[in-house]
Amino acid sequence: MSDTRASGFLPQSGIETTVLGADEIILNMGPQHPSTHGVLRVKLKLDGEKVVESECIIGYLHRGVEKIAEHRSYQQFAPYVDRMDYVAAVSNGLGYCEAVEKLMGVEAPPRARVIRTILTELQRIASHLLWLGTHALDIGALTPVFYCFREREEILKIFEKYCGARLTTHAFRIGGLQYEAYDGMEQDVRRFCDDFATKIEEYEQLLTENRIWVGRTRGVGILTAEDAIAIGATGPVIRASGVKWDIRKAMPYAAYDQYQFEIPTGKNGDTYDRYLVRMEEMRQSRRICLQAIENIPAGPIMARIGKVLKPPPGEVYHAIEAPKGELGYYIVSDGTTQPYRVRIRPPSFINLQAFDRMVRGHLVADVVAIIGTLDIVLGEVDR
Amino acid sequence: MANDPEEKQPPVPPAGETPAAKPPSATPPAQGTGDAPARPAAPAAASPPKPPAPPAAAGPPKPPVPPKEAPPKPEPLDNDLVKRYRARFGDSIREATTDRKQAILVVARERLVEIAQYSRDDEQFNFLTDLTAVDWPKREKRFDVVLNLYSFLKNERLRLKVHAAESEPVSSVTGVWPVANWLEREAFDMFGIVFEGHPGLKRILLPDEWQGHPLRKDYDILTQDTAWVRENLGIESGQ
Repeated sequence: MSDTRASGFLPQSGIETTVLGADEIILNMGPQHPSTHGVLRVKLKLDGEKVVESECIIGYLHRGVEKIAEHRSYQQFAPYVDRMDYVAAVSNGLGYCEAVEKLMGVEAPPRARVIRTILTELQRIASHLLWLGTHALDIGALTPVFYCFREREEILKIFEKYCGARLTTHAFRIGGLQYEAYDGMEQDVRRFCDDFATKIEEYEQLLTENRIWVGRTRGVGILTAEDAIAIGATGPVIRASGVKWDIRKAMPYAAYDQYQFEIPTGKNGDTYDRYLVRMEEMRQSRRICLQAIENIPAGPIMARIGKVLKPPPGEVYHAIEAPKGELGYYIVSDGTTQPYRVRIRPPSFINLQAFDRMVRGHLVADVVAIIGTLDIVLGEVDR
Repeated sequence: MANDPEEKQPPVPPAGETPAAKPPSATPPAQGTGDAPARPAAPAAASPPKPPAPPAAAGPPKPPVPPKEAPPKPEPLDNDLVKRYRARFGDSIREATTDRKQAILVVARERLVEIAQYSRDDEQFNFLTDLTAVDWPKREKRFDVVLNLYSFLKNERLRLKVHAAESEPVSSVTGVWPVANWLEREAFDMFGIVFEGHPGLKRILLPDEWQGHPLRKDYDILTQDTAWVRENLGIESGQ
């Protein structure tokens, strides 16, 4: 066996061989990968286990929502926005209804605004719970997802009692609300909020000081404040980088100017800080709900608007603080019953652009942590 | 809706007062638009008694109609901000308006990057919230490229607009705000606007082989659909 050439293991001279480079390979992840949270495809250029470069390929869920809007009346388009960020449909609807109201120069009555605030904050908690459960699951913590879904279920039950739907709720109407608060809604919300305080402690006990959790998240996917601003990140992502900015405070809408709450921020802009920020946001949302439920003003729930909406010509940009970040609607009216143009500024789409910056230099295993921490919903990325 | 007792409906006399012989009107009642034409049958049948417009007898007293506010509309804007821009860029600031209390500057296409740089560094509009486009096919320069800026320091928004014809490229602002990268790709994908100096201008949401730019007003989805059906399924139409 001394002659290796004869044994056939080494190529004989004269035969062309392909040398496999030992330095970089391209790895394709998704679009059917369980931890890309939908149909996200990521092309990773790897040096060993390290990510050198990445490219997100999106559009698998593109439905042309903005084009659909141009062929629907203002009210007809309202249910479509629920299908963008389908885990936070209430927030999408709030942004759209308020944008059209602003375009028309009407305002929802105080009672409607307070009920909107309560439901939107519950939706924020539900969205963050879904994020927490799946994010922890991606990293390898199997337990939290069950707890998170347990509490999320309570919120969805409130939605179901309120408007009959759990996910794509279409809870609000342009000009106010279609449905009155159901009997016992206050008690339901209060009971949920009372229970939820201890539930957050439970999650934190599972994760916050867990060595594996800290090891997998601290220092992973760092985004500095300058980078976050340059790349247009919003929501918990920019707050975890230390920018204390929340549209609920900066440009209050709905009834947020009436309530006390804090804007949590992080220091390092890593995955762990984003985790802490979102946990604190859930506490603050609970706080807002409790304040709002104390005093729901009486009165009408619908502004005086006609059945056919014809906003005067012009344009408006209105943004709200959705669970994922700044959700903006830029609507142009030409004075007819159908919007001339509806542009949706999706927080997930723009936050996802930060992915490449965050992932470089990290291991493949951290890629799923970084996708999770961005909290994207592909329905909104692709629209 | 309970507070709105059909105030927009044309005043219909209560059923009891109308002559019973009156046949049902052939035209359906107007769908609550408020400006329904006077019904042709009503004057002839109801003219002899002609009660002087009795208020709806059975209905609750109508709440006083609030004075109608003037509908919001775009107005020219001339505040300090605009003055500073005008002093710096002169005629390149084509228009300054405010619409729904939001400031809008229409700027010259050639100087967009310069103005963007100035907005970011001197005017503190350091956050590009959104970049998009609007198509006005009847206009000579059909596209509006719209940049929504935000200033953390001033807590203010500003909208910059550029008019561009179909053949005119717009300079890319990716050098000023990196976030514009994907946003410009999306505008290119949906409108076919070419951004000069963009690091990798290609489609983002639609497949690379897609024909046309769907958010243009003259884009017809049926043409493409029919072509696909004809080519791939071998039938005339899938509709």
